[in-house]
Amino acid sequence: MVAGADRAARALGIRPGLPLAQAQARVAGLVIEEADPAGDAAALADLAAWCIRYTPLTAPAHPEGLWLDIAGCAGLWDGEATLVADLTGRLRRAALVVRAAVADTPGAAHALARYGREPVTIVPEGGQAAAIAALPVEGLRLEAVDIVQFRRLGIERIGDLIAIPRGPLTRRFGPGVLRRLDQALGLASEPIEPVVPPDCVRRHLAFAEPIATPESLATAIAALAGPVCTALEAAGQGARRLDLVCARVDGAAQVLRAGTAAPVRDATHIARLLTERLETLDPGLGIESMTLLVPVADPLGFTQPATGLLGTAGQISGAPGLSLLVDRLSNRLGEGSLWRAAAVESEVPERSVARIPPLAPPTSRDWRTISPWPRPIRLLPRPRPVQATALLPDHPPARFVWRRAPVRVRRGDGPERIYGEWWKRNAEMTALRDYFRVEDGQGRRYWLYRRGDGADKSTGDGAWFLHGLG
Amino acid sequence: MELPGHLAELRQQIARMERSVSRRLAAIPLGPAIDAHLPAGGLALGALHEAAGGGADSEDGAAAALFAAGVLARTEGPVIWALIRPDLFAPALDAVGLHPDRVIFAHAGTSESVLMAMEEALREPGLGGVVGEIEGRLGLTASRRLQLAAEVSGTLGIALRRSRRQDDPAFDAPSAVLTRWRITTLPSAPPLLHAPEVPGLGRARWQLELRRARGAAPRTWIVEACDAQGRLGLPADLEHGSDQVPNRRRAG
Repeated sequence: MVAGADRAARALGIRPGLPLAQAQARVAGLVIEEADPAGDAAALADLAAWCIRYTPLTAPAHPEGLWLDIAGCAGLWDGEATLVADLTGRLRRAALVVRAAVADTPGAAHALARYGREPVTIVPEGGQAAAIAALPVEGLRLEAVDIVQFRRLGIERIGDLIAIPRGPLTRRFGPGVLRRLDQALGLASEPIEPVVPPDCVRRHLAFAEPIATPESLATAIAALAGPVCTALEAAGQGARRLDLVCARVDGAAQVLRAGTAAPVRDATHIARLLTERLETLDPGLGIESMTLLVPVADPLGFTQPATGLLGTAGQISGAPGLSLLVDRLSNRLGEGSLWRAAAVESEVPERSVARIPPLAPPTSRDWRTISPWPRPIRLLPRPRPVQATALLPDHPPARFVWRRAPVRVRRGDGPERIYGEWWKRNAEMTALRDYFRVEDGQGRRYWLYRRGDGADKSTGDGAWFLHGLG
Repeated sequence: MELPGHLAELRQQIARMERSVSRRLAAIPLGPAIDAHLPAGGLALGALHEAAGGGADSEDGAAAALFAAGVLARTEGPVIWALIRPDLFAPALDAVGLHPDRVIFAHAGTSESVLMAMEEALREPGLGGVVGEIEGRLGLTASRRLQLAAEVSGTLGIALRRSRRQDDPAFDAPSAVLTRWRITTLPSAPPLLHAPEVPGLGRARWQLELRRARGAAPRTWIVEACDAQGRLGLPADLEHGSDQVPNRRRAG
């Protein structure tokens, strides 16, 4: 019997469940591999462990799926959509066929990932009932016999099932169907049993009585941070990401996650990062145990080195808290919202500045070597087209319209000619921009350019753009 | 004039309460005429200051941002610059002496997040300065918190106000900042004073307006924009420098 078929085989009509002889008769030269359920399960477990990069609560969903509880973790990824895009992108690059769904409940996500119309679905909060109503009842993880019964009764979609009164439904089909339905709709809880990565630093703390107050939670975090740092020191590592998994009395798990800009092995630093995120934790009726994991760690020498910006430049002494400050700000504002600017060898203004990590070593670049011309303090995210009139190609525009107000140019400087980077992009082979700095009657300064040299059409169409202010 | 004894005593008491004034903190000089007017002898460290652009510059605060960068260029230590929109262009910071190696940008997105980031950063001792770009209100409570944080750490804080509304009245709402500035661009002098017909752009010129200050009266100066070391200049073609512009209004 066929246990599984790849995309090419499915296109030829080979489906799981088809007798092998029939399949071979239908397609000549079929490549057949012996099914290896144990191997598949092991590979799936490996994949689930790899997904710890996204959330500490991951588990394989046999036979072909993965659970990821990303509650509280999406912030580090700039939102759920970015997290899912990163996950599916990486899996696709590993030549896997991926479908993904994000929903409030595992049941709804399960149904949408398998039976939804789009390869990636993100259900807004509380929208699971509407999102799964149109899906076939198979999406609910029901027993095969029940599905056959439903088909016989003309119940095709989950929406049909929701419409049936609960009493008769239980009498006819037993409690199992209703439980699956409630799990999908969020009326019944369904904790997932997380896999634990084999070799990461972790410490566990169970409480005699469930705790719920912020003070006692903070004390518990501090009690965990010390031993974790000792273990990190023994391994010669520093934490880059921290996960605190809190097991609630009702069986649900809550996760606090924090990232760091540089490897960290300082117990107070770690405790502070996590304690600050306590407000996002819902302790419910109480938390009975906590596990502090370090899913991502980097090598760190045995003495905590001075952080780049502080030590090597010799610019600052007495700011050892900078890396803690950077971590706290980036945990609260989101990963990637802190950066430093580094000069890039590019004349094209929008490409001349790169973002580097906030604690990267100093570049010590002289920015004036890249362009000696003055640059505006505000650079528009993208140049805005403006209506401008210029008398001669080498003259700054005499007037233009900006934010619906006419601007009369009193003085100007330029042009500064910037050529396209033909070695990077073919389209820029002959393109150029002529930049002008101009000042209006009130002394306000603008930075405009004309696409092209104003005479030869192959260099640009002569349209004007405002690119910066000040 | 001799003050009656109890009045002098009261003054001392008030000065003790206003810690930042009485401590005579170190300050960043802004130029002799301005420093003589300010109680701290310049822009005091360990305090929160406010700067906004005037007129059409209210939305972008380009001149105000350059003013802030020029001041920070003369501090020591890393600078945290909390942005509401990532439109600050680093090469221009370098041009007024603030090397981008020193600046950590924090894109906060909303004014609330900017205030949060500013407060966190101002609490941190050892920073050179903290700038936050704020759109909308800067309330009394919020500014008081920032001012207290700055007093404790000794860090210079600058709140850059931005608004889509020109000369937004919200810029003048009461707050606990030590000084409040309005920076308006003025037509600059020709690059060659003796040959005004030669095209080109000289150093920008600003009207630097002290709208409010603890311990000093409002006043206005005309200055040349920050040079490569972040220092303001006195216009060469103005005879009496700072006293050219009379007080337009008194802000309390």
